[in-house]
Amino acid sequence: MKKNLLQRIIIIALVTLAALWVVIGPRHKPAAKDFTLAGLNDTLRQNIHLGLDLRGGSHLVMQVQVPDYLKRVTENVANGVQTVARDAGYNVKSVRPEINGNSYRVVLEAEDNSKIQEMREQLPNKVNDLGSNVWQSSASGNTVTWEMLDRAKDELGTRATKDALKIIDTRINAIGVAEPTLQEHGAANSHQILLQMPGMSDPERVKKLIGEQSRLELMKVVGPNNPAPIQTYPTEEAAIASLGGKVPQNRRVIPYDERNEPTTAGEQPAPKPGEPKSWIVVESPAIVDGSELRSADAVQASPTGGDEGYHINFTLKPTGAQKFGTWTGQNVGAYMAVVLNDRARSAPFIKSQITDSGQITGNFSKDSANDLALTLRSGALPAKLVYLEERTVGPSLGQDSIRAGVTACLVGLFLVILTMVVYYRWSGINAVVALLLNTILTLAGLIIFDATLTLPGIAGILLGIGMAVDSNVLIFERIREEMHGGKTVPAAIDTGFARAFVTIIDTHVTTIISSLFLFVFGTGPIRGFAVTLVLGLVANLFTAVFVSRTIFMWELSRKQKRVGASGITLSI
Amino acid sequence: MFQLFHKVNLDWLGYRKFFILLSTTIMLAGLASALTRHALPGGTEAFNLGIDFKGGTVVTADFKQRPSAEEIRDRLHSTGISDPIIQPVTDKPGEVLIRLPKLESDENANAEESQVVVGRKKVEDALTAFGTEVGVNDPFPGEGNAFKIVGTDAVGAVAGAALRNQAVAVTLLALVGILLYIAFRFEWTYGAAAVIAVFHDVLITLGFFSIFQFEVNLTVIAALLTLVGFSVNDTIVVFDRIRENLRMHRRSTLYDVTNDSINQTLSRTIITSGLVFLSVLAMVLFGGEVLRGFSLALLIGIVFGTYSSIAIASPIMVWWQQRIEAGGRAQAAPAGTRGGGGARQRQTSGQGGAKANAAAR
Repeated sequence: MKKNLLQRIIIIALVTLAALWVVIGPRHKPAAKDFTLAGLNDTLRQNIHLGLDLRGGSHLVMQVQVPDYLKRVTENVANGVQTVARDAGYNVKSVRPEINGNSYRVVLEAEDNSKIQEMREQLPNKVNDLGSNVWQSSASGNTVTWEMLDRAKDELGTRATKDALKIIDTRINAIGVAEPTLQEHGAANSHQILLQMPGMSDPERVKKLIGEQSRLELMKVVGPNNPAPIQTYPTEEAAIASLGGKVPQNRRVIPYDERNEPTTAGEQPAPKPGEPKSWIVVESPAIVDGSELRSADAVQASPTGGDEGYHINFTLKPTGAQKFGTWTGQNVGAYMAVVLNDRARSAPFIKSQITDSGQITGNFSKDSANDLALTLRSGALPAKLVYLEERTVGPSLGQDSIRAGVTACLVGLFLVILTMVVYYRWSGINAVVALLLNTILTLAGLIIFDATLTLPGIAGILLGIGMAVDSNVLIFERIREEMHGGKTVPAAIDTGFARAFVTIIDTHVTTIISSLFLFVFGTGPIRGFAVTLVLGLVANLFTAVFVSRTIFMWELSRKQKRVGASGITLSI
Repeated sequence: MFQLFHKVNLDWLGYRKFFILLSTTIMLAGLASALTRHALPGGTEAFNLGIDFKGGTVVTADFKQRPSAEEIRDRLHSTGISDPIIQPVTDKPGEVLIRLPKLESDENANAEESQVVVGRKKVEDALTAFGTEVGVNDPFPGEGNAFKIVGTDAVGAVAGAALRNQAVAVTLLALVGILLYIAFRFEWTYGAAAVIAVFHDVLITLGFFSIFQFEVNLTVIAALLTLVGFSVNDTIVVFDRIRENLRMHRRSTLYDVTNDSINQTLSRTIITSGLVFLSVLAMVLFGGEVLRGFSLALLIGIVFGTYSSIAIASPIMVWWQQRIEAGGRAQAAPAGTRGGGGARQRQTSGQGGAKANAAAR
């Protein structure tokens, strides 16, 4: 008994000290100032990760528009099929993407049906993304149809989400967002991305930067070569009319911002609504596109240009440079459009072969040129993103919430302690010790598991305290009952703990089960609540049963020395 | 010693008809509120769903000098926001919550986006009529009125519906988990009775939220889940006692054992519930605007969670257990076998004896 008691006290002391160290111990070599009240407060704030609702910041949930991505994949594959089939000398009449609701198809129509089977078998080997794991092919008459498989849609969606995550990561890192959290969010195949930025109270610039679709394409302009001037049309209709009233698969009509056009200060790189001065017809697909970019940098056009007058210089990757070099070599004198987001920024003619570098001109401001260069470097987002949730909490609002939560906790704790001490007298103090230790252990658990304390999390701590009180009440009531039944104090304590223990296990396990469901399947506030509640319950199994029992044992052994085993009384 | 409920001896199960009538009345009131609100044209919705579940925008603005709610509403009206709800924050003189209803959606994905992008911008533009906008960390200027946006919450309609469905699914899953655990530890009738009692508590709490139109948001769901845990916790304490007493007093009927068990645990029930009630009351009073829904739901839930363990879970369990015994006896008698259920048959010797027992008191 004696030895047993000593062991228990040592275990409790060690656990308490360890938990205290975890909670208020500094994570660096301790200095004297760490032990002042302000120092302890600082360490506490460093140790506990506060959620955005408490420390302020912004929380964005976005969703990758998968249909947008599937559409683009289908179009790219159709382009690829066309190019590869023509290069291989097949007699192809047309290749077109057919998108209808949730069905994505590429339809190849040949002049005759002689090589249909051969095309059906050979083309997938040569075209990216035309594998049989994505498409199901069928042939009839002189057409081959590839239809996208349903399971491939999910896989492609996941790929698009992962790509988008990488790109967003590059972009937000480049502008120096502190401690961002960026992860997939929601159910599987919901294609959602969560971005949390502590301390950011106006996420407009970040949102704009993330959403920026900087797609760069270098395209050949249709029309006579230099020295004739570039072929432009005053309206979109005129440009289409020049193509015979219908834009064929291998042409595109795009607006053209003529060079040397006076631009307003601080012009944005994104396409602006409003009529452009003229339109041009370009050959599709592009000679090279943004995926072949190696670097893009904002440079000042002239040293005296002030804040405006920035250009973007870019260089190409080896594969792109090779394609570009070959093309420019063969097309000296032709006009080439630098197309950014479906709008031609400039259309110089090719003076001589160029291999790997180019320039996007236009009077960019310093910031817009930097952002544009960044979005070009990080690559195009695979698909459009829409924002499903935006929550921002200013730091003052967060401070108020902490104050409110902590006040509620302290008042609640005070009321509970008061009632326990009045109702159970000295044994109530026993419960109070267990309660305080429980709170410390819960916080320590929070730190050890690197979990985040949110406002609902504070509510979870409060509920955990409630359950802890319940365990003590169960035990005390049972001890009283056993004493009424005529048992001696040591026997009553033994039976009381043993009987109450069964109930405590049952109640705790049920609550832990339901909290685990919340933790695993819940998100955001629900999860924050579940974490602290589970930690509190687990801590309680230790404090209510083990610690409380030890205090009783210690009290008994003290009294036993004075009055002997039979005359012990208990203040309960 | 100081003790409230010593040697209580009440026939709880004798009042079961009254209890069930009371619960049904409250539940029907809640149901009536939800249905009529839903059915009445131009009336409110069954529940006052927050933007977490319905989609919408809440902008929290802090003014140097807060204009009146009417002024802000008129200003927002003139910029084309049809039905803003302006809610001044009670404990902070400058702050005001501006709730925008769900913006018209044209059934495409862009509506989701416009909800989130447009809300804050529109409010900012409208509020500049009252003064200049300053950064959230900047002090107000010395002269003239000014405001800052201290928080925004914007949720698209589709995301809101997804959160709502997720919350319901999670709650149901948690209930199944609880049912299985109790069935494993006790009998499945005990588990079923506990789960029915939990449904009762959740429905009544939701009824209150419909009647008084408190806002239902994500934190309320967290509260309902807590309530599920608390209610089951309370029920298990009683059931645990019943199981223990059944082992010790094999000759008593289930009816008597249940009454005794409720009486024996009454003291604990009142003290625990009272203490939790006190801490939640502290949350209602001091927990701030964000936790208001959470603490209100818990406050109601605790009262009914405690009540249902005694008034709903126990009578249902006894009634069900007796039905099973009766069925078992009817089957067992013709076959002439007395199987393992014999001991339990004695314990639940039927209601006639129990009533006589109660009358004798």
